[in-house]
Order: sequence, then C-alpha cells, then structure tokens
Amino acid sequence: MQALYAQLLVGLINGSFYALLSLGLAVIFGMLNIINFAHGALYMMGAFVAYFLLNLGGINYWWALLLAPIIVGIFGMILERTMLQWLTGLDHLYGLLLTFGIALIVQGVFQNYFGSSGLPYAIPDQLRGGMNLGFMFLPIYRGWVVVFSLVVCLATWFLIEKTQLGAYLRAATENPTLVRAFGINVPRMITLTYGLGVGLAALAGVLSAPINQVRPLMGADLIIVVFAVVVIGGMGSIMGSIITGFALGVIEGLTKYFYPEASNTVVFVLMVLVLLVKPTGLTGRAA
Amino acid sequence: MNTRSIASFLLGTALALAATSGAMAQDKTIKIGVLTDNSGLYADLGGPGSTLAAQMAIEDSGLAAKGWKVDLISADHQNKPDIGTAVARQWIDVEKVDVFMDVLNSGVALAVNNVVKEKNAILIDTGAATSDLTNAQCSPNTIHWVYDTYMLANSTGQALVKAGGDTWYFLTADYAFGHALERDTAAVVVKSGGKVVGSVKHPLNTADFSSFLLQAQASKAKIIGMANAGGDTTNTIKQAAEFGIVAGGQKLAGLLLFITDVHALGLKVAQGLNFTETFYWDLNDGTRAFSKRFSERMKNKAMPSMVQAGVYSGLIHYFKALEALGGNPHDGAKVVAKMKEMPTDDPLFGQGSIRADGRKLHPAYLFEVKKPEESKGPWDYYKLIGTTAADQAFRPLSESACPLVKK
Repeated sequence: MQALYAQLLVGLINGSFYALLSLGLAVIFGMLNIINFAHGALYMMGAFVAYFLLNLGGINYWWALLLAPIIVGIFGMILERTMLQWLTGLDHLYGLLLTFGIALIVQGVFQNYFGSSGLPYAIPDQLRGGMNLGFMFLPIYRGWVVVFSLVVCLATWFLIEKTQLGAYLRAATENPTLVRAFGINVPRMITLTYGLGVGLAALAGVLSAPINQVRPLMGADLIIVVFAVVVIGGMGSIMGSIITGFALGVIEGLTKYFYPEASNTVVFVLMVLVLLVKPTGLTGRAA
Repeated sequence: MNTRSIASFLLGTALALAATSGAMAQDKTIKIGVLTDNSGLYADLGGPGSTLAAQMAIEDSGLAAKGWKVDLISADHQNKPDIGTAVARQWIDVEKVDVFMDVLNSGVALAVNNVVKEKNAILIDTGAATSDLTNAQCSPNTIHWVYDTYMLANSTGQALVKAGGDTWYFLTADYAFGHALERDTAAVVVKSGGKVVGSVKHPLNTADFSSFLLQAQASKAKIIGMANAGGDTTNTIKQAAEFGIVAGGQKLAGLLLFITDVHALGLKVAQGLNFTETFYWDLNDGTRAFSKRFSERMKNKAMPSMVQAGVYSGLIHYFKALEALGGNPHDGAKVVAKMKEMPTDDPLFGQGSIRADGRKLHPAYLFEVKKPEESKGPWDYYKLIGTTAADQAFRPLSESACPLVKK
C-alpha cells in the first residue's frame, strides 16, 4: 500500500509536466486554432536557454525560470509574425505541417551542435535533498515542481477565463471582426497569446532541466504523449487539459507499477477509448 | 558443328572465364556501410563519430595509394529492426556494400545479422551488446568486435559481488539488449554466490525513471543493476541521485556505460561508478594519438567511444585481410575466414585474435569514474582499477552454443 502512495505521488509529478505543456497547447489551439507541433522543440529550447544562462552568463535557476520563457516566448512570437500568421483561416493541417517542420529543423540544429546525450544541469542548491514522508523519500525538487506548476496552471486559467484581457482574447477567437471594431488590435493579441503558450512550454523545459538531461530530443519524446493528453481533455479546453494532464500522469505512474511494459502505451489506449465514447474529449464542446 | 567452330567456341569460353577470374583477383573496390543510430539516444556513442572513425581508417590504411577504391556510406536505422533490415537489403542488392560497420542496438544487429548471412556480406558489429551474436545466432559472416553482454556481466558483475554486493535488482531496457544483459549478469551474480531479488522492465527511451527507481529502492537490494544504455542510463543515474538511492546505501551498477554518457552526466553525478569497457582514449600512447586526431575532427570535440574506436580497429583488420587475399572477392564468408586466420593488431585494442564463433578477443578494463577534483581536464574521467585478460574476458568456447564451434 505504501508503494502505491509513492507511485501516485510520482505520477502527479509527471502529470504536472503534462499539464503545463498541454495547457500551452490548449491555449494556442483555443485562441489561434493552430495545432502547435513545435511545442516539444520549444520546451527543449527552454531547457537549453536555462543551460546557457547558467554556463555562459552565470545566471542561476531562479532567473532562468523568468528569463527562459521570455526569451523563448520572443522566439515564438517571431515565428508567429513571420510564418504562422499567414495560415489564419486555412485548414488545421497547414499549421500542423508547418510547426512540425519547424520542430524538426530546431531539433536538428541543436542535435548537430550538442549531440544526443545532452548536457548536465544541476538542481539548485536551495531545492536539493529530500524529505522522508514515511511511505517514500520525496526529493524536494520534485515537490517544488508539482506546487509551482499547479500555481502556474491555475494562474493561466484565471487569466484566460476570469479577467478582462482573457475575455477580449476569447471574444477575438469567436469573432475577430467584431472585436476589431471595438478598437482592439487583434493580430497583436494573437501574437502575444502564442508567445504566452510558448512561454509555458519553455517554463516546463526549465523545470525539467535538473531532472532530465538537457537533450535536443527531450521534447520530441514527450510531445506525442502531450497531444494525447490534449485530445483526451478536449482540444482547446483550458481546465480540461490541466485536469487531464495531472490525471494521466497518475494513471501512467500506476501502470509503471502494475504493468511497466505498457507504461508508454497506456495513454494512447485511453485516448482511443475516449475518442470512441466522447469524440470531443472529456471536457470538450462540440465543434 | 565443324572442328573450327568448336575450337573457336572453346577458345572464346576460355577467354571469357580468364577475363572474369582475372577481374575477380584484381578487383580492388571496397564499399563500406556504417549503419547506426544517427539521430536518437545512441547517436553520441556511435552515430556520426562511427562514420568519422571509418573515414580515418580508410585514410590511415593507405589503400588509395595502392590502387584501391574505397567508398563509404552511412545510414540511420532509427533503432528500428525493420528499418535496419530494409537498409541492409538495399545496401547489399543495390549499393553493393561489402561490409557493415557499427550496427549498434542489439535488436537491429540480430536482424541485420540474418540478412548479411543470407546474402553473404560481412557484419563487423562494434556497437551491439547482445552476446547472442556469437552464441546461438552466430554466423560465418559476422564478427563481434568490441564487447558483449557476457563480458560486461562477467567483469562488472563479478567485481561487485566480490566487493559485497550480493543482492541485485535489475532495471532493464525492454528489448533484446536489456534482456540479454540481465540474463547474463544474473547468471554471473548467482554463480558468484549472490542473489537476484527482482527486476523491472522499462520501455526503451524513457524520460522518467522515478517509478522504477522507487520499486528498486523498495526491493532493498544492495545493488541496482542498470541493464540499459545511453540516455536511459544517464537518466537513471541522475534521478537515482535525486531519490537518495545511493545516499541510502544502495549501489548503482552501470552494466554498460560509455564515455559519452559520463561526459553527459558530469563527474559530480557520475563519480564513483564502476563499469567495464574495452577501450579508453587515455590508455596508452596509441589510443591517445588516435583519440586526439579523432576529437579534433568531431563537431563537439568529443573523444571516441569504444564503439567508434571499434569501427576503426575492425576496418584496419578487414583491410589487412583483403590485402592478404590480393583483392576483394566480394565473398563475405571467405573474407571473414581470412580475418579469423590472421592475428589482429592495431594501436587502439592492441594485439588480439578472432575466434571461430566470430568473437574478437582483447582485454576488458574495469574502470571507476574519477571524482571532480581528480580530473585534470575535459574528458579525463576514468581510473583503471582492474584488467581481465583477453582469454578470460569473454564466454569460453566450451559454453558456446554456436554451431560454428567444433567440439
């Protein structure tokens, strides 16, 4: 039984990465109608930026948490301005292909220069060590990841669902012409939203840098699972993706305990089941 | 048919035959294919570095000056046996590749091994670990050059049990390589008086090992044997440190680690690990000279892994065999037989030999990773703590299930 508690907690930790990443995807899909396949590559860039900040600039983890999302977010906004914006109104497939291509290019460039084994990034001193919970040894860093990502997820949800700015955003998605008539700069808002989604991915990258190696393919390995999470939660649903992210992390953790061989397929099995029963996802509205 | 036409027919046939056999003896073309993981989790220990090592072997052999024409091609098998076999068939049938180098990933290697045997080409495998390549699956067309699971288990496993690590729990990559490494190590542990208390199989290329590590922690085994490789091993080691596994008194055993993994982890995390390799760049003048030249030509200035060093060493011996034959007969089994006849000698692995079952023999070195303060500079990572002689390091022929071994 004790082992089970431990697995639940570990699942929650992984779930927080799924939640952060799928949240960014949901924001981008919900507001821009773009299936952002570059998300994994941008997550990886977040980790690399943290590495460079530390090793080239001597800037520590805490500043990286702030700076990496901004730097990668700006990169994202440049992508949106120069490429993605021309796809507005076209079929989803175009956005998917373009962002997938961008992901391959970015990953290829990083792999060319840094190899595939990755680079080390140490856990910040303040978060080293762990505590004994009785049923398991919880590394403090992992606990921090869960709490921090939960806060970020809820803040993002609040921003989009409960504030004036969020209301403009949602309105701009529903009817851009009308919102523009009120004197709001819709294209700029879209760009900023993409930057926000990308920034969330980069933030997840910084959070994961001390746990995993900073590797060019770290995002490619994760992105497919995260897409499954978004599909299960319902494309574009903010709360849906947060809850599904955490829930699937837990389910995956339990699978690793009871039947480890299936741990990287269980998410897709669930996805198929959900699509069969409720094609719009658990919390999705009909299109 | 009159006598004259019969005579001219015979003469014509004789000339034609002479022409073909002449062409065969004089054929001085070689095509080398480096089949490896160019983009995935094993790309640093093989990948583009293996192709560079092959290129250096070609240059150092001086064959071009002797009138040989050597071509080199490379492909990415993406760690998928089906892609590996498809490339292998195309390379042999269309590209006329003579010899396959590297072929890391045991799953891919076993599949390519069959194609190469069927089509009478050559596989000099320097990357795959499974000892089955020279045991039940051995082939007259295959030489297993650098290391195998039996050797790793024998060297590292025995040393750790002797040092008091008598209960083991395995974290195993769920494919041919992990299974072979766990099987061979478990056998050594039991034979040396230890006990295996459990194991868990994880999918290849896993990012998060915490669930598996918690299970290993709960097993209370003294040694956690990592029967995985590349990125999987580095993630395991890094996360084990986080969960206080080593601090809690359990010891991690890296059954297969490469210098590129140690580099990726950094000495702070990797220090104190014990594992076995058959090549290290800083062993002697020969290895240092080669490695320096190699590193200068690598994009990230990396030192060669034993897999990449094996590509160089294997090709040097292959070239010697072809020169001894006076030309390339394009007959895999024949060339491999010649390679087995000749003793091997190169600056990287020293003197050695190739056994009837295709196993290349050379010493195995037990290393310990240095502490950060012991390291004098980049890539100065290992301390040599033990050497197993070439004839002791690998599976004895008396235990072999290879049909090529006459008993």
